[in-house]
Amino acid sequence: MRHWVRILAFFLCAWGSAAVKAAPLALYGFIDARAGVRVGDDVGDKDTSLGEVRLQLETEQYFDQVTFNAVVDFVLDPVADEYRPDLASGEGAIDPRQLNVEFSPLDFADLKLGRQVVTWGTGDLVFINDLFAKDWNSFFLGRDVEYLKAPVDALKASVFSSAANLDVVYTPKFGADRFVDGRRISFFDPQTGDFRGRDDPLSFDRPNDWFKDDEVAMRAYRSFGAIEAALYAYHGFWKSPAGFDAGAARAIFPKLNVYGASLRGPVMGGVGWLEGGYYDSARGAAGDPLLPNSEFRLLAGFEKEIATELTATIQYNLERKLDYDAYLQSLPPNIIRDNRDRHITTLRLTKLMLRQNLELSLFNYYSPSDKDGYVRFNASYKFTDNLKVEGGGNFFYGEDDHTFFAQFRNNNNLYVGVRRSF
Amino acid sequence: MKKWFFAALSSLIFAASAAQAQETDVMEIVTKAIEAMYYQGGDQKARVEMSILDKSGRERNRQLILLRRNDGEGYGDQKYYVFFERPSDVKEMVFMALKNIDHADDRWLYLPALDLVKRIAASDERTSFVGSHFFYEDVSGRNIDEDKHELIDTTDEYYIIRSLPKNPEDVEFSSYMSRVDRTTFLPMKMEYKDKRDVVYRVYTVLTVEEIEGHPTITDVEVEDTAMGGKTVLHYSAVQYDVGLPENIFSERFLRRPPRQFLK
Repeated sequence: MRHWVRILAFFLCAWGSAAVKAAPLALYGFIDARAGVRVGDDVGDKDTSLGEVRLQLETEQYFDQVTFNAVVDFVLDPVADEYRPDLASGEGAIDPRQLNVEFSPLDFADLKLGRQVVTWGTGDLVFINDLFAKDWNSFFLGRDVEYLKAPVDALKASVFSSAANLDVVYTPKFGADRFVDGRRISFFDPQTGDFRGRDDPLSFDRPNDWFKDDEVAMRAYRSFGAIEAALYAYHGFWKSPAGFDAGAARAIFPKLNVYGASLRGPVMGGVGWLEGGYYDSARGAAGDPLLPNSEFRLLAGFEKEIATELTATIQYNLERKLDYDAYLQSLPPNIIRDNRDRHITTLRLTKLMLRQNLELSLFNYYSPSDKDGYVRFNASYKFTDNLKVEGGGNFFYGEDDHTFFAQFRNNNNLYVGVRRSF
Repeated sequence: MKKWFFAALSSLIFAASAAQAQETDVMEIVTKAIEAMYYQGGDQKARVEMSILDKSGRERNRQLILLRRNDGEGYGDQKYYVFFERPSDVKEMVFMALKNIDHADDRWLYLPALDLVKRIAASDERTSFVGSHFFYEDVSGRNIDEDKHELIDTTDEYYIIRSLPKNPEDVEFSSYMSRVDRTTFLPMKMEYKDKRDVVYRVYTVLTVEEIEGHPTITDVEVEDTAMGGKTVLHYSAVQYDVGLPENIFSERFLRRPPRQFLK
């Protein structure tokens, strides 16, 4: 651990505008410090939800047709207190977010190889066909929203034509979400009927074999006038441990294929989107209570500026379990049963003031079927172009312990942060 | 009786055709003005430095590269690609607009940290562009058919034109007055009045340089005379007819900036 602290201290000291200007590479990035506290109930979680200093260094180099991109975070996080880097989970003192090379082998094709962040789909913080890894810990704890997207180690190949464009993202080794496992965020375990936190984190088996436990994600897209249309396919695994292996008593990532489509375009002075996906779960999932059922998912959303510098976004999201009867029959007696349909609505309000230097934002997930929800709020102010302070909170609520958002309610938190960019 | 009738009729016809002539004249001036401002050359590349001053004099800066390509000759559809260089928290962000004459423009924002291509609603047209006193709409120019134009006066130097919005509920102004240079057709000053008929926003061209034969605005400011504060734009490294390919104005190049045109 000392070793990493020393390396980190070195980089922190090396940082400084003079040093950066003198550097042979054009380096830029930020230093970000943030702290958060848990409020409300405590089931043995640390009172400090967040306490970290992060230095992000970024550079890109381009030679003719080839571009190298590097974005690396150096993290001092006494709350996690783990400094050995783990490239998959992003834990430790170094978290490379991008290390890749990009080039165009043909006029109409691009390749991007290495660690990268990939995003597609139409949803606003709701994902159906974007099955690239997410970092739910960062999202729930109050890091900047850019950390919701975890990097993936992949080859992205893109082909462009006037008929349609095609992206294929091949990940040779499964890249799981940076999911909630109890260590930073406690959750409700329906198996034990109790909350689990850092004293009893989730044990899991992650598919880990190169080229065997791989993932392929594809998107074909084109525009029809002002309407953007896309088709998607995914072959891989549930991104968070959605299943359970009773023999090994460990959570597992069952196989998953997803097929979907989306539309996005101007509607009634705003932007509207529609996205659907068929989640084809592992074979035999329908009759197995320890594996998630296949699902049909649907999302409809609309965004509009409703007053000066005030933008509202509303979404409706349906998750329907297919083979629901088989699911019911497979359940042992006296166990919590999920509804066939999970409905989620979201509302986002963003208000910009003082020449967009002050931003107030509110995002609420509410599920009328689960009777639970999650509200995120944030206020940020830019003192200068390079100095931003912010504060916010993450609050989970609900009637039952076991529903998706309500299970995190012991993790309600408030945070503050300051970021100096250079 | 008959005489009177014909006299009245012919004077009516005369008045109508005079009005029509005036209307064509003003539309011709307005078209030439938007062409002088937004359409010179087949395409254009420029570096833009933006200083945003708030009412207490605090300054924020943005630096960006602007690429623009005309689809055809003269006033018509266009494509814009705006690549942010500074400050570092918006570095590599891209704003792209497809200007459409017969329907609302299509606009996107690319956020590199999230690899997110975000669509921007048409309702944001008259929203501040990155915190400045310029609007999103000012990047590519307001369609001339959205307003009714009237030639108020012709001085030695300027055409004075008053414009009224056809859909007043969509905009924050009630009218604006433009002073169009009679030689270059560049609008040198535009004053916007709010719904109480008070001037609150003034656009002023500070410097015009001739670049590759095109009279080009290189310094321009927009001042908020009601609230205080202004934004000054300085254009440098202006080049025309660079040979920008049409396909750089696409999602592909939002995610992967066309570096050879951004130097």
